[in-house]
Amino acid sequence: MDSAKFIFKNNIRQYAMLIALVVIMIFFQIATKGVLLVPMNVTNLVLQNAYVFILAIGMTLCILTGGNIDLSVGSVVGFIGALAGTFIVIMKMDMALGIALALLVGLAIGVWQGFWIAFTRIPAFIVTLAGMLLFRGLTVSMLKGLTVGPFPESFQMISSGFVPDFMGGEDATINVTTLAAGLVVAVLFILSKLRQRVARRKNGLEDMPALLFYGQILLVIVVIALGSYSLALYRGIPIIFIIIGVLILAYTFFTQRTVPGRYLYAMGGNEKAAKLSGIDTNKVLFFAYVNMGVLSAVAGISVASRLNAASPLAGLNFELDAIASCFIGGASASGGIGTVIGAIIGGLVMGVLNNGMSIMGVGSDIQQVIKGLVLLLAVGFDIMSKKKGS
Amino acid sequence: MDDAILEMRHITKTFPGVKALDDVNFSVKRGEIHALVGENGAGKSTLMNVLSGIYPHGAYEGQLFVDGKECSFREIRDSEKRGIVIIHQELALIPYLSIGENIFLRNERAKNYVIEWEDTYREAAKLLGIVGLEENPRVAIKDIGVGKQQLVEIAKALSKNVKLLILDEPTASLNEDDSENLLKLLVEFKAKGMTSILISHKIKEVVEVADTITILRDGATIETLYRGKDEISEDRIIKGMVGRELVDRFPKRESSIGEVVFEVRDWNSYNPLNPDRKLVDNVNIQVRRGEVVGLAGLMGAGRTELAMSIFGRSYGLRISGRVFKDGKEIFLHSVRSAIEQGISYTTEDRKSAGLNLIADIKENITIAGLKKISRNLVINRDKEVAVAETYRKKLRIRSPSILQKAGNLSGGNQQKVVLSKWIFTDPEVLILDEPTRGIDVGAKYEIYTIINQLASEGKSVIFISSELPEILGMSDRIYVMASGKIVGEFTRDEASQEGIMKCIMRSAGEGKHGQR
Repeated sequence: MDSAKFIFKNNIRQYAMLIALVVIMIFFQIATKGVLLVPMNVTNLVLQNAYVFILAIGMTLCILTGGNIDLSVGSVVGFIGALAGTFIVIMKMDMALGIALALLVGLAIGVWQGFWIAFTRIPAFIVTLAGMLLFRGLTVSMLKGLTVGPFPESFQMISSGFVPDFMGGEDATINVTTLAAGLVVAVLFILSKLRQRVARRKNGLEDMPALLFYGQILLVIVVIALGSYSLALYRGIPIIFIIIGVLILAYTFFTQRTVPGRYLYAMGGNEKAAKLSGIDTNKVLFFAYVNMGVLSAVAGISVASRLNAASPLAGLNFELDAIASCFIGGASASGGIGTVIGAIIGGLVMGVLNNGMSIMGVGSDIQQVIKGLVLLLAVGFDIMSKKKGS
Repeated sequence: MDDAILEMRHITKTFPGVKALDDVNFSVKRGEIHALVGENGAGKSTLMNVLSGIYPHGAYEGQLFVDGKECSFREIRDSEKRGIVIIHQELALIPYLSIGENIFLRNERAKNYVIEWEDTYREAAKLLGIVGLEENPRVAIKDIGVGKQQLVEIAKALSKNVKLLILDEPTASLNEDDSENLLKLLVEFKAKGMTSILISHKIKEVVEVADTITILRDGATIETLYRGKDEISEDRIIKGMVGRELVDRFPKRESSIGEVVFEVRDWNSYNPLNPDRKLVDNVNIQVRRGEVVGLAGLMGAGRTELAMSIFGRSYGLRISGRVFKDGKEIFLHSVRSAIEQGISYTTEDRKSAGLNLIADIKENITIAGLKKISRNLVINRDKEVAVAETYRKKLRIRSPSILQKAGNLSGGNQQKVVLSKWIFTDPEVLILDEPTRGIDVGAKYEIYTIINQLASEGKSVIFISSELPEILGMSDRIYVMASGKIVGEFTRDEASQEGIMKCIMRSAGEGKHGQR
């Protein structure tokens, strides 16, 4: 019993947010009379929020290093979009080359900001605030204040394309490939969880009680099943969905299983101790911001593709969504605590709130008020529960 | 007691696992200079924190009388209202504010919350006159020296109508002249009827100015000496401070000492905040295989600075000197290279620099040696768990699981996690900085056992501690450090508390005073 409590207490934040997400979804499902989880809307939810997920992954890494945030990501999204527009639409460059160049610029931006933050130790807040102004200014000036478009069809596919249903054929009423993919994901999930449990048992570590363990698996399986069913009823798996999925897997592995990933947590937990343990914390910090630059570029391309244009206003306020997602998802404002999955859950909470309220016809003014309160309450709850715990 | 301004009766204060004060009685006569002396950790600061309300009424047992009336202070403000002002060793001045602003901080000369600048600086100038500081009160604190800052603190205390002034190590960071001035000032104040309590490690000063001397040891009052009634001399006081018998508090070890493994030659380091000030001054030390070498000294003697400057240059400026291992010169330019060459250092401040408190035991143990449990940068979790479990058992870390957060462990168990982390890096030389600070007696014994175990495995240990009995009980050989220099070396047989203390005092008396 003690161990159940122990496990629960240590993971309370993630469970709490997952439960909150489910509650919010149920609420809006009822409030919108079932529109929220209509297949088309589920697909839209993913497409609309793709940029939040991508940015939140990178932001998680920055926050882990010590509560450092990146205010420039919105402007960088706009800037990269403008570059892609200039390269591909105006200069008629080959699409792959244009994208590659845009990503490279994202990397360069990361190096630029990372240098100031990590090696001269100008506070990240200041450097990225400067970046926010700088790159927005460059975006507007590069586009001369105009919207550039449209992009070629293949470029649009990135964020509005779907994986063709090669299994079901033309006239299938449901996307068979999607269902099959959902099944594969579910099986892989169960297998990996079981393997993990066996390994933990073998090591004699206290593990979750069976009820909690299988309950958790069941919950995730239900989500996968409903999700893939919904997607299958509409047009199948969006391509961007695969990109996000790969990013989530890769970064979860990176943060949880690799040495540099561990360094992120060590630095955020106690930088002095990390330094005295032989970790070059400047390098760790530098890497986090370089990575953020690249992911901002990825988000920039996906946003440009979704808008099918490069707009001087693209990416406005995106940084706030990304930061809020991380904190709602359990990241600590002083670093060292937080997960990629948590940030994704946080992003979903924000996304469902947006989407649900829009369907209900709630004005954007009220939407902002509610999102602000949710952020405050989520973090407040976290801090309160920690105080109680200690 | 005739006319006691302050009486503290039966004060007992416990921290989790440690009894810091044990039934202490302390009484101060009006108009005297009362010195409070004792080794590091004897309970002087704790006693003063009780007096000034930093530990509020109820957080300790016992009674507190000021001018014969019982008081129950809840915070510093309460004690200041009664005219008790404490000046801490770490000065509480704000560098970028002016002298005048600092003097009247939280006590501003103001009308309706609007500061009267003319008033402020006129009054400040008056107070500066009293303490004999010739400086414009509009000058920023950061632009004057430590000696002058100390005087500003006193002026600040005067502005609060101080009746009982407490000075905690006021001369620790002052040079000879400034120290002398300060002591003169205290004597002047005494003539005007002010009472002061002087906490000092510098026994010489105490002998010079104190009327009464109370000696604390292990959280208890040992004795009180009165000028004119008792003999007051350095030897007499030192004897009182260290007078305890060495009981069997240290596990036995058969030393088997081999050849010289680690040697530091002509080592120097400067203060990064004040590049003219030497922290480590031409130090030469060596350690043999299987040997435990104690590094004794008072706080601020430069021991930690020495250790950290050696360990990958993690602290200090313009570090110079040579390091040899097994007779070959090695270069330790970064912490990582130090670790790779078999040197480790456990910090004196395990909470703020030794552990990641929000991470679990397992992650703390492996963080300095992740290379050993990973391949292609991917951590092998099974191995990691196995390693953590091994050390949990070996060092008897008491916790339900290796997934317990380090912040939830007791001090002793935290220290064991720190030791595990460094033992896991497979070092040949371990520099342990105050490894038993703030942990209870039982856990201390366990830490000693671990140190002995390391020595018997042939590792070389440099053991830094401010507690002399511990240094004497554990070391095969002892270096004494003061003002950044090695001022003495003792073998196990030669060493005694009196000898080491005298060695420190003698060096503090000559030339410049302890630099921090």
